[in-house]
Amino acid sequence: MNIAVAVDEGRHEARPSASEAGPATKRIVVGYGFWVFLLSDIVMFSAFFAAYAVLAHATAGGPSGVQLFSQPSVAIETGCLLASSYTCGLMSLAIGSRRFGVTYLAALVTFLLGAAFLALEVREFMGMIAVGAGPQRSAFLSAFFTLVGCHGLHVAAGLVWLAVMMAQVAIKGINATVERRLLCFSLFWHALDIVWVWLFTVVYLMGVLS
Amino acid sequence: MTDMQYDRAPGDASALPDVEQGTSSGLLVYTIGLALAVVLTAMSFWVANTSLLWIGGVSLGLTVLAIAQMGIHLVFFLHVTTGPDNTNNVMALAFGVLIVVLVVVGSLLIMADLNDNMMLPAELMNLHMQR
Repeated sequence: MNIAVAVDEGRHEARPSASEAGPATKRIVVGYGFWVFLLSDIVMFSAFFAAYAVLAHATAGGPSGVQLFSQPSVAIETGCLLASSYTCGLMSLAIGSRRFGVTYLAALVTFLLGAAFLALEVREFMGMIAVGAGPQRSAFLSAFFTLVGCHGLHVAAGLVWLAVMMAQVAIKGINATVERRLLCFSLFWHALDIVWVWLFTVVYLMGVLS
Repeated sequence: MTDMQYDRAPGDASALPDVEQGTSSGLLVYTIGLALAVVLTAMSFWVANTSLLWIGGVSLGLTVLAIAQMGIHLVFFLHVTTGPDNTNNVMALAFGVLIVVLVVVGSLLIMADLNDNMMLPAELMNLHMQR
């Protein structure tokens, strides 16, 4: 008991209380603000998820998920996005230790994996539209294209953002501003992966169950 | 005596000096996260395709696996922890999860209830479900 108190006091002396420490740093404020934005984005996705779940069986006599979804393709897409989330984490580490070569390499791999995901998804969409299963076919397909397409648009925006950030690193170097933006980017990219986890579970795996 | 600590930006590793971690341990965290996520994803695909499991429980199993993988992503990739410097981030996340659950579960319950209350003959009911 005495030891625990002593340790506690030692830490207390080393670190001022929150009121003495003053306002939070800009990195914390910016990161928190972006965190709240991401949560609101996920709330928007939840509305699309709810619409999809309600309309999943409203195929209007058209093709259903069992006929349309290809599981190997979805598995590859999932692998691409998961791996790109990992390399995005490696990029954050490289930025923290100011290793430019590793940063560019990790960013390049992240970009390529994200682009591969997007290419597979666009190919899947084109294939579905080619067999007459476009978004205007049934309520199920409208909800499907809205939900999956919205996630795809987010990934496309993330790719543009990543390219812009690498240009900023090349021109400005890694200063506090660029570092904050990169923090927000990695939050965005990891959050997209969380949305995809629910997407492949609810849409692709549950869609082919029965 | 205070129980307030420094805040931490979401996505940052711990800002507490006594939990300072080097690059190698950061790499380890991401790699463990990747390995766990791969295992859970593989399990999801296996559960959806196997005929060994009772079909009625598969949806529930997939949901549980997705929740687990979301937790893995939050802890290992986004560094959301239960530490005192992370309280604000966790509270915002909890509020987000509350709204998401309300929207999704609420929509499903209300629509299922409406479908149940449609006093239509079976064949018309079927027609309604297909529109």
